[in-house]
Amino acid sequence: MIDTENLTKKFGDNTAVDSVTLHVDEGEVFGFLGPNGAGKTTTVRMLACLVAKSSGSATIGDYEIGKKADQPKIREIIGLLTENVGLYEELSAYDNLDFYGRFYKLGEQKRKERIEYLLKLLELWDKKDSAAGTFSKGMKQKLAIARALIHDPKVLFLDEPTANLDPEASKIVRDFVLELKKEKRTIFLNTHLLDEAERICDRVAILKTRLITTGSPQELRNSLTGRKVKFQLQQVDESVSSAIRKMGYHVEDVTGNSITVNLKDPEKENPLILRTVQSAGGSVIFVTEVGSSLEDVYLKLVKGD
Amino acid sequence: MDLQNAWNVAVKDLKIYTKKKSVIYATVAMPLIVGFAFPLILDYSFRRTGKVLSAATALGLMDTFSIFFIIAAAMVPTAIASYSLVGEKVQKSLEPLLATPMSDGDILLGKTMSALLVPLGAIYGGSIAFMSLMDYFTHDLLGYYYYPNWHIGAILLAAPFAALLSVELNVIISSRMTDVRSAQQSGALLMLPFLGVFLASELGFFTLNDTNLAAIAVALAAISAAMFFVAKATFQREEILTRWR
Repeated sequence: MIDTENLTKKFGDNTAVDSVTLHVDEGEVFGFLGPNGAGKTTTVRMLACLVAKSSGSATIGDYEIGKKADQPKIREIIGLLTENVGLYEELSAYDNLDFYGRFYKLGEQKRKERIEYLLKLLELWDKKDSAAGTFSKGMKQKLAIARALIHDPKVLFLDEPTANLDPEASKIVRDFVLELKKEKRTIFLNTHLLDEAERICDRVAILKTRLITTGSPQELRNSLTGRKVKFQLQQVDESVSSAIRKMGYHVEDVTGNSITVNLKDPEKENPLILRTVQSAGGSVIFVTEVGSSLEDVYLKLVKGD
Repeated sequence: MDLQNAWNVAVKDLKIYTKKKSVIYATVAMPLIVGFAFPLILDYSFRRTGKVLSAATALGLMDTFSIFFIIAAAMVPTAIASYSLVGEKVQKSLEPLLATPMSDGDILLGKTMSALLVPLGAIYGGSIAFMSLMDYFTHDLLGYYYYPNWHIGAILLAAPFAALLSVELNVIISSRMTDVRSAQQSGALLMLPFLGVFLASELGFFTLNDTNLAAIAVALAAISAAMFFVAKATFQREEILTRWR
């Protein structure tokens, strides 16, 4: 659905986005991670035809970014939730949506139906006549999402949808994005919240001006930090940990009576380690895999870049 | 350019202005003061002093006062145009608007329409009041109705171009301003050349007769047409998102 090839944006001598090549499937939720200033918003703006690319190419569906005739067509099939909600605070929730619905040539009846559907879905129907300026941050964010969905777009760009929201409002927005995921809509999610990406996204890319890596959260965790297994013993002594080290494994941590070991294939390697531990006089109570978080991967990649 | 899109933008802006009473008051105050207050004050002052107004003085005063409709046309759209553009910038509502299929031209045209409609309505409303009241007060003195005439006709022809020029300059100014008040103050400076022309005529450097007023109208039309391209170049998606402060 979304393809980019060496997509680059320069502002004068400053390169904001450098040679980004990626592919997003139809119906996929794709997370775009990166620190502030990494170029996430600029990438979305290029894909939404808001700023021109400096070089490279990109397509959304059958339309080409940068081709003048395709720009209005791209804007018709995408919805964009900007980082700042940008609502008309003096207008009611209904009027905010009605205003935007008109630009997508939705007839009056269709517009009414769509607004009612979205406001009810987002539990804002009771507030439809209230000015957007009177809404809480979470409600504003929901209304901005409804605005991005007013024309039922095939592709939805969400730029930091939960930034600056309290945990409760964040959860409401996240749950709604998960609902959208069920509709098999293509979602491009810009975020610096790794937990959010891990919960919502099918695949993620890490950007720091250049694209550092792409994959599912699970793939990234496995490929970059391997897998970790924690062996809880009755008592840990030096003979046990040195026996494991002698097998060639990296003992990452020894805390209390537990030893954490990095393994490539725990299913095959766990029995060997258990035998070694028992031979060394150790007594294993339980064995558990410790998942390295996406945060570990992110920090390793971004800081190590 | 899609006129329906532009009209939708204008209607939305007008809806917002109805909730921003201060913007409306700032827009309609001057044309209405010129339209109602000038004739009433003039009539009251002559009645109070008991002086008899000569026909020549009456004609001179009417022509002088009516020039204020051009000055008002250059000044009053500033309040709305600045709010319309800088207000959106402050509310960060331009980016979602720019992400719709509308062209930059549709948005600019809509903003121009919304910034022109109320001021021009007030100016034409004020001028009708001015002409009616002046005719009412001076009919017996002159023996005929002075208005309508070519003089006010030339003024009211020049007024929309002065207003359009004001809106276009506000688009350019707004791209460099971060708050509505600063934009309004800078935009109001456009009034100065018009005041300069007015003072020069009062000091006798030239006469603001029908012909000269018509020439001013043509000059304003030409300048506002040229300025449209500058405003359009300023009002472009990438420019707005990356360079507007």
